[in-house]
Amino acid sequence: MMAPSSENKEHFVLEREYFQKLLDTLIQRGYRVVGPTVGEGAIVYTKLNSVADLPIGWTDEQDGGAYRLKKRDDQSLFGYVVGPQSWKKFLLPSALRLWQAKRVGKSFQIIPEDEKSQKFAFVGVRSCDMHAIAIQDKIFMNGQYGDSHYKSRRADAFILAVNCGKAGGTCFCVSMNTGPKTTFGFDLAMTEVLEGNRHYFVAETGTELGAEILHTTPHKKANKEEIFYADDVIKKTAGQMGRSMDTTDIKNLLYKNYEHPRWDNVAERCLACANCTLVCPTCFCTTVEDVTDLTGEHAERWRKLDSCFTMDFSYIHGGSVRSSTKARYRQWMTHKIATWIDQFGTSGCVGCGRCITWCPVAIDITEEARAIRESEPNLKRETAEGAEKTTHNHKEGI
Amino acid sequence: MDTRNPMFPVPYYIRRVKKETHDTFTIELEPENDADGFFFAPGQFNMLYVFGVGEVPISISGDPARPKTLWHTTRAVGAVTRAICKLKRGGTLGVRGPFGTPWPLEESLGNDVVIVAGGIGLAPLRPVLYRLISQREKYGNVVLLYGARTPQDLLYTQELEDWRRRFHIEVKITVDSAEKNWSGNVGVVTTLIPKAQFDPQHTVAMICGPEVMIRFTLMELQKNGVKAENIFVSMERNMKCGIGLCGHCQFGPTFVCKDGPVFRYDRMVNIFGKREI
Repeated sequence: MMAPSSENKEHFVLEREYFQKLLDTLIQRGYRVVGPTVGEGAIVYTKLNSVADLPIGWTDEQDGGAYRLKKRDDQSLFGYVVGPQSWKKFLLPSALRLWQAKRVGKSFQIIPEDEKSQKFAFVGVRSCDMHAIAIQDKIFMNGQYGDSHYKSRRADAFILAVNCGKAGGTCFCVSMNTGPKTTFGFDLAMTEVLEGNRHYFVAETGTELGAEILHTTPHKKANKEEIFYADDVIKKTAGQMGRSMDTTDIKNLLYKNYEHPRWDNVAERCLACANCTLVCPTCFCTTVEDVTDLTGEHAERWRKLDSCFTMDFSYIHGGSVRSSTKARYRQWMTHKIATWIDQFGTSGCVGCGRCITWCPVAIDITEEARAIRESEPNLKRETAEGAEKTTHNHKEGI
Repeated sequence: MDTRNPMFPVPYYIRRVKKETHDTFTIELEPENDADGFFFAPGQFNMLYVFGVGEVPISISGDPARPKTLWHTTRAVGAVTRAICKLKRGGTLGVRGPFGTPWPLEESLGNDVVIVAGGIGLAPLRPVLYRLISQREKYGNVVLLYGARTPQDLLYTQELEDWRRRFHIEVKITVDSAEKNWSGNVGVVTTLIPKAQFDPQHTVAMICGPEVMIRFTLMELQKNGVKAENIFVSMERNMKCGIGLCGHCQFGPTFVCKDGPVFRYDRMVNIFGKREI
């Protein structure tokens, strides 16, 4: 991943008072502008009409199984970390009609969906989420088939990244090499700076379109001091990571440990509720539902988000392949940080911490990975005693 | 890339429905529009859609050299397969496919071929037998070891006779249990392996059946000297899309729909046989 240094890239300053102008430009250009707002007791993504919709002066406190909104003592627009939602809400909608069909004699005819592309402008994309979008691009934009719905939404999306001004208690993007500074994929990237009485954004352009949009808004070239403050914001964020994960040879670590006793341990805590897969910005599994109307003349196929934690997910005649919670947690975590690498050439984890925050029983992927890694020497000795000792130690640690 | 949307089922006419056993049927399909016919490689599968009911992955059980007709053998075990079995001549079924990896027919040239099938696992292997008998001289000994629950559950009984008598295929059959009038073998399919004629050093084995049967067959074949890299198995997993996007068919690092269903055994030693992968 390239890491452009702040020194040789051109930076601009956009004063806080002109942020509205930026949103106006995007709206005028036909974008459906979506971004963060306070709703349902969290920071969620919704349609933005004005700066006032942003979570001004709000932040979030996050830990395993815990999320609270809190007032900040300033008026920052993007002073939170990440909420439960990610941009897959728009790129990979939770329910999508793939086609309709009508009966014609004894046969049927497929009626394709009218793919009116929705031009989204994503405002406030974090670096971890930019990586998550890039990971889903590998799934849906490449490969033999790809997904036409995802492709059209993605191709038209405008990305306004805003670098994190603070890290959350469950963040570990530094470990996953996915943040906190956004380094690619954006049209415009900004760092919010509150310094003394000044409130401004230091901006970088990533595309010509980004530059064009910026130029519709009053801005100036950033000076050294302003760039220094912006870099300092990111540096401080990087130093605040609430979690960490050692990713050294993590694929083989998991491949060697399909039968590690830790899976039994986590299964005793996991509720198989699927929260982690729903909040994960890279989890992409879907199911299809075929339905008819009462006359039986009209049928539809819907694609809906699914989760490997449900019993139905792996059902084949005779029963589910992964009937135990142990097997389902193992599937999710092994997929996320190990098999994903073989499938798509990248980890499926971006270190956003959502799965930790939104797990009702505070299961922590970084802790589960650590437990397996730390028991490795014991396993290598391959003594039953060593394995028992490992399990015992983990139980004490909880 | 195929310009046709891979998620759109294409209507096929049902030309014939043949009852194979009390719960298993073969449907013969004919394209409504596609004048060229349906081309596939032995081992591939289709997603079959019953209007308004749903869709299931079913392997293709017909002859790859006859693209004008498409055969699927289905056992009625769920809502969709039961609906398929109720369909009548003249009705319509939606088809998406073919998907997945084929059996290693090229790699098998000049070698002995040992086919081990359990139950309806014979269906995805029948296209292999059609290909082998059409090019019989290019292969060494061909052995079909076939196990079913009872003699009444045996598929394609007339063809089994033909393959044995007319095409020099060593067909051995066993059943789990039978009435007194059954004069054949009783026992699991693995018991047939030591009795079969093949040169283990120059043998390609192809297995399809329940996972537990595959597991014991792998052990027995290797005990008899067949190398792991020459053993191929066909796996079954839940599938919703058939094109590697829905995530349901994951089996370790693979997607059974596009990396399988046919796998070379030595490439999956780490995951095969582990519970609930």
